[in-house]
Amino acid sequence: MYRTFFPRDMLAEMDRLQRDMQQAFDLAPTIRGYGSNGFPALNVGATPQAVEIYAFAPGIDPATLEVHLERGLLTIAGERKSVLPETDAKAAVHINERFDGQFRRMLTLPDDADPEAVDAKLRDGVLRITVRRRASAQPRRIAVQ
Amino acid sequence: MSKDIQTRSPDALQSVDPKQGTPSYGNAALTPPVDVVEDAGGITLYADLPGVSREKLNLHVEAETLTIEAESSLTVPDGLKTSHTEVGLGRFRRVFTLSKELDTEKVSAELVQGVLKLRIPKAEHAKPRRIDVSLA
Repeated sequence: MYRTFFPRDMLAEMDRLQRDMQQAFDLAPTIRGYGSNGFPALNVGATPQAVEIYAFAPGIDPATLEVHLERGLLTIAGERKSVLPETDAKAAVHINERFDGQFRRMLTLPDDADPEAVDAKLRDGVLRITVRRRASAQPRRIAVQ
Repeated sequence: MSKDIQTRSPDALQSVDPKQGTPSYGNAALTPPVDVVEDAGGITLYADLPGVSREKLNLHVEAETLTIEAESSLTVPDGLKTSHTEVGLGRFRRVFTLSKELDTEKVSAELVQGVLKLRIPKAEHAKPRRIDVSLA
């Protein structure tokens, strides 16, 4: 299993262990698995107006990055080129932890996400995707006559 | 603020007691994955530091220790509620012990799209030489 970032810290490590344990005892995961520990790492959050997805994808050419939204399913795909030398080159690889190769991650968006209002920005290796929620789904205050 | 979970809004941070807020780990930092390649001229290190801008990157060489410290400068909208977190901290830290033949005076670094590339050349006297074997 590929782990992108690992905290070298007791408390953080125990927190992770606890989450892993919870997942292990969950007998009915979603059909796409638990969806963690892939590349790029994802953080997902929501505000009343929009769903925010942060994909931690350092070192990726924006031109090769493909973000796709179809029937409420968001796909982030691309390729990260290896920086390691060819095997016949006169160089030794001492540590090889970084991900290389093709990647594809998918996630389902909530029903009220508006596929027409998606915005994606790549900055410092973090891809931020903002999907607006439909106006009809936003909380409204109803005036009392 | 830097110590706390990245996808939290500043408002949420203030309401969390640093001693009781569960995701606060003091000076805890994530260990960024690295690639280290050595060739005849020196060592090249690549480190994944997503969300880190040049101002928030701190490289330190002291004696034979190389320290990489970085903070992510990710901005999140107000009132964001996190539902799924894989990168739970906004700090990165990793320490390496260098060896004598490396020339720490000539370290060069560049940060492009969240990837740090560090080149540490070998000192002139330590570069490989071919030793001729003379026939006796």
